[in-house]
Amino acid sequence: MEQLLRILETNARLPLEDIAVMLDTTPEAVAKMLDEAAAKGYIHGYSALIDWERAGVNVVEAVIELHVSPRKSRGFDEVASAIAAFDEVDSVLLMSGSYDLQVIIKGHSFQEIALFVAKRLSPLDDVLSTATSFVLRTYKRGGRLFQAEEIDERECTVL
Amino acid sequence: MNYDQLLAPAAKAMRPSGIRKFFDLAAEMPHCISLGVGEPDFKTPWAIRDAGIRSLEQGRTRYTANAGLAELRAEICRYLARRFELDYQPDQVVVTVGGSEAIDLTIRALVAPGDEVIIPEPCFVCYAPITQLTGGVPVPVVTRAEDEFRLTPEALKAAITPRTKLLVLPYPNNPTGGVMGQADLEAIAAVLRDTNVMVLSDEIYAELTYGLDRHVSIASLPGMAERTVVVNGFSKAYAMTGWRLGYAAGPKPLIKVLTKIHQSCIMSAPTTSQYAAITALRSCDEAIETMRDEYNRRRRYVVKALNEMGLACFEPRGAFYVFPSIQISGLSSEEFCEKLLYQKEVAIVPGDAFGACGEGYARISYAYSVDHLQTAMARMRDFLRENGWT
Repeated sequence: MEQLLRILETNARLPLEDIAVMLDTTPEAVAKMLDEAAAKGYIHGYSALIDWERAGVNVVEAVIELHVSPRKSRGFDEVASAIAAFDEVDSVLLMSGSYDLQVIIKGHSFQEIALFVAKRLSPLDDVLSTATSFVLRTYKRGGRLFQAEEIDERECTVL
Repeated sequence: MNYDQLLAPAAKAMRPSGIRKFFDLAAEMPHCISLGVGEPDFKTPWAIRDAGIRSLEQGRTRYTANAGLAELRAEICRYLARRFELDYQPDQVVVTVGGSEAIDLTIRALVAPGDEVIIPEPCFVCYAPITQLTGGVPVPVVTRAEDEFRLTPEALKAAITPRTKLLVLPYPNNPTGGVMGQADLEAIAAVLRDTNVMVLSDEIYAELTYGLDRHVSIASLPGMAERTVVVNGFSKAYAMTGWRLGYAAGPKPLIKVLTKIHQSCIMSAPTTSQYAAITALRSCDEAIETMRDEYNRRRRYVVKALNEMGLACFEPRGAFYVFPSIQISGLSSEEFCEKLLYQKEVAIVPGDAFGACGEGYARISYAYSVDHLQTAMARMRDFLRENGWT
């Protein structure tokens, strides 16, 4: 299962037969594993890694660092779920270190995101403070280089 | 100055690689997908690079002992014992500039003018030229797809003459990906035990074997250690091709002579590389396995893709090459590869570059990402279809 997940994480569009041959098993076995992975929630979805900037579509992304006051019995879960419920929120991560939650938001403009943070995020009961940074440029995401192609410098000099 | 007259005949006679201009052409095509390289696509694991960097920071920039750092030779012996059940002492090991130098030293130490060197083909192209440069006579032996390009005892017996000094045994094999299992090696050993023929076992791809059986070195068979020089190195297993580090292990009197030649020609192998290699041997067994598993997945993928599109190939169990037959096209290897390059901008290596019996085949390397291989396979599929061969 782990090997299958690693293959899919790199390339989710590989045909079933190719995955099967790489794992030295049958397409039926792979299909079964995929069903199991979906049912057990190992795989939450399949999505393409889009370079919106290159595609000429305006997408603004912000990383917000939140300090929250965790509830006595439920820790951070309640506030994290509340934030995760927003459609505008791309990801919510509980972090060790100097702040508690890292929230990534996608929108159409800096203003839109700033207003979202001010009107929808900051007012939440448990949110103590927010610090918003905007993504200016993506160099690498999901293990793929966005800016430069990795050049293969190997020469066919040796046989 | 008449350089042609001044140059030594043996040096002039060395055949340059015929593939050079082919790949120069491919390099000029911006969308060319190459499947021609002979080195890993992985970077050297960080721990190894770090060890090299640290040795430089510590100013370890002087010559080492000619035969290599004592610590490194000791680690090499432990490694060979641990991975391949070979029993060598540090004074039976010489650290060289790549497996290439180890091959060169062995041939120069053993081959006198007129001595014959048996070379199973298709194979890596250095053995014959080095033999010729030394004044020896290369004796190519055909290996066949039906035998998965293994050297058969019959072919070996037929090639041995009173002048035979050395047998080169390059397994796991470049370009075919063929391997010799325990039983296959036993059969070869049985032929050799009654002779004075020495063996140069080029095991540079030893860590890259797939399937249930690990690589077996012929030197681990009874009665063979005394007649074998094992050549191995760090290039393929640890993705350290550019570090230029390898070694030869064998009987002490032979290694002494190899070291003597090495001493005069090279002095000592790169010091930085040697320190890095110590870390590689001590801490990177897992890294080898990870890289090997990745190669394995790609291997299975490529073998299936090629067989399905009509380029028949056996399942190679070693190295990172596939050697499919291109015979459905009716073209020669060179013609096929040239046409593929021009029509689809995919560069693969014609099989006859590795020996006359490689004609009708081509070498495809899978030291590339699955994405890269996918694109190449798709183009090749189209190529075969558009030319009416499938």
